[in-house]
Amino acid sequence: MNKTVNQKAWFFVLPVLLLVAFNAFIPLMTVVNYSVQETFGDNTFFWAGVIWFQDVLHSERFHAALGRQLTFTFTILAIEIPLGVAIALCMPRRGIWVPVCLVTMALPLLIPWNVVGAIWNIFALPDIGLLGRTLNGLGFDYNFTRQPGDAWFTLIAMDVWHWTSLVVLLAYAGLVSIPDAFYQAARIDGASSWAIFRYIQLPKMKRVLTIAVLLRFMDSFNIYTEPSVLTGGGPGNSTTLLSIDLVKVALGQFDLGPAAAMSLIYFLIILAMSWLFYTLMMRNEDQ
Amino acid sequence: MSLELKGVTKRVGAETHIHPTDLTLEHGVFNILLGTTGSGKTTLMQLMAGLERPTEGEVWFDGADVTGMAVQKRNVSMVHQQFINYPNMSVYENIASPLRVARLSKGEITARVERMADLMKLTPMLGRRPVELSGGQQQRCAMARALVKDASLVLLDEPLANLDFKLREELRDELPRLFADRRCVVVYATTEPVEALLFAGNTATLHEGHVAQFGPTGEVYRRPRTITSAQVFSEPPMNTAPIVKEGDTFRLYDGTEWPASAAGATLADGEYVFGIRPHHVTLTPTGAHPVAIEGMVLVSELSGSETVIHFRHRAETWVSQSHGIHAVPVGEVAGLHMDVAQGLYFDRSGERIGF
Repeated sequence: MNKTVNQKAWFFVLPVLLLVAFNAFIPLMTVVNYSVQETFGDNTFFWAGVIWFQDVLHSERFHAALGRQLTFTFTILAIEIPLGVAIALCMPRRGIWVPVCLVTMALPLLIPWNVVGAIWNIFALPDIGLLGRTLNGLGFDYNFTRQPGDAWFTLIAMDVWHWTSLVVLLAYAGLVSIPDAFYQAARIDGASSWAIFRYIQLPKMKRVLTIAVLLRFMDSFNIYTEPSVLTGGGPGNSTTLLSIDLVKVALGQFDLGPAAAMSLIYFLIILAMSWLFYTLMMRNEDQ
Repeated sequence: MSLELKGVTKRVGAETHIHPTDLTLEHGVFNILLGTTGSGKTTLMQLMAGLERPTEGEVWFDGADVTGMAVQKRNVSMVHQQFINYPNMSVYENIASPLRVARLSKGEITARVERMADLMKLTPMLGRRPVELSGGQQQRCAMARALVKDASLVLLDEPLANLDFKLREELRDELPRLFADRRCVVVYATTEPVEALLFAGNTATLHEGHVAQFGPTGEVYRRPRTITSAQVFSEPPMNTAPIVKEGDTFRLYDGTEWPASAAGATLADGEYVFGIRPHHVTLTPTGAHPVAIEGMVLVSELSGSETVIHFRHRAETWVSQSHGIHAVPVGEVAGLHMDVAQGLYFDRSGERIGF
């Protein structure tokens, strides 16, 4: 066999290497660089070792933000995943209503994030907003700019409104890919609708639901724009999620070192939890 | 025990999927539904099972009208072309599932599952899940699920179609054995004439939602009632051509002649359609009345130990199928022989003329 040896193949790999370098690796390394240094301005830096990491890990403020973040993420997951699956189960599988339902479902996903925040901000205003006024008219003492509980309620309602559609669309895609023969076989067996859900639909949706959980987890853990427009982290610090806190540290106080250390810890938490989710949901799964 | 369809019709919107159909299927033999994809085999089975309601007509089982009865009350089981198993249950749980629904005792379930697994050669796989099995094993698991509850109607919808050749042969041999000591009506849908001939029993030839003919398989094959029935039961397709009978000769449209005494001396003079199956058009003369014809070879291929030749015969494309392996150059004129004693004669409306 005559093999032509040349290095041309590297040129085919180069674009993706460059893309990954500029897109991920270089920005990440910049953050790593900041996280181990101290600066007093003038673009002069001093080696600081791991003190920022120690500071962040021992900081009450970070713990509180992380706690709020976890509460937020798990609350919306607990609502959006079952709700999304339930809506997908109710959607028609064929006929003229399919495109109508799909487009309606996709609409919230098409709205820019800061617009979603603005819509909900105005919608929930107690004096002029439709939601705020109605709730107060019904006798509830509702004011999301003053009461933390109301702020949380509005924040979660907004996220559910914005993102449940994604779960619906993914779950629906999983459902329509189940051949009719499965349902026929189940009917012949005399399986109940619960058994059909439990033993056919749910296992067949498992892969797309894993993707849905992962996407919703990562997105909600990173969420910034919508709560920042809606509540700006308030009242007080009651809705200051991790990303909002991070922006306050990095751009408000201009503490580059602690902010960089916080970013890395934040990133590692997301990475570790995504891996954990994926492993848990895909265990017993072959291929 | 028998299943009767009385004037069963299925329409969806403006489309008629099944034209009015009368069929009586008995237990103890294989009832075969033979037809191409889209001929209505699956729809007919769904109507038999009760998965679909007929638009008109009635379904009777064992002397009782079951038309409106839900499928889960009918004691039916079905094997589909796709391998249908519950994905997150083990093979054991899959086979046991119909028995659990029927609320049998634990001991009884275990005994029956183990017996069925033994019969289906699935015993070593009982603890695995369907994705961990090969295609053949998955389909055997689906069959075990269908057979483990003593259903009185068993519907097999092209169960072997998605399997590779070897496994198909193997399961084909096993199938009749599985039903040997059962009292149930067995319906088997297939697109392959060879499969119908192998299982014998009774065959219904289906074409575009019509049952063209129903009767003992050999009878349907040898004495098709119509040209449609003969076409459904011929693979490769039957060759057909206009023919004229005058006195005591038949004359094919290209002028080829043979004595009427070879086949239908009693037939009235006139125009007919002549049909002959590919394996009666051969490279070497066979039968009592071989008649020579010529044609330009278009395609020559080997199918197992058979040589299949597509050739141009005047304006028509004919197919010939000969035993053995022959080298026939494409583009040249080949001499072939029709065994006209095996030919079929149809009147111009497509009905076969028996003589």
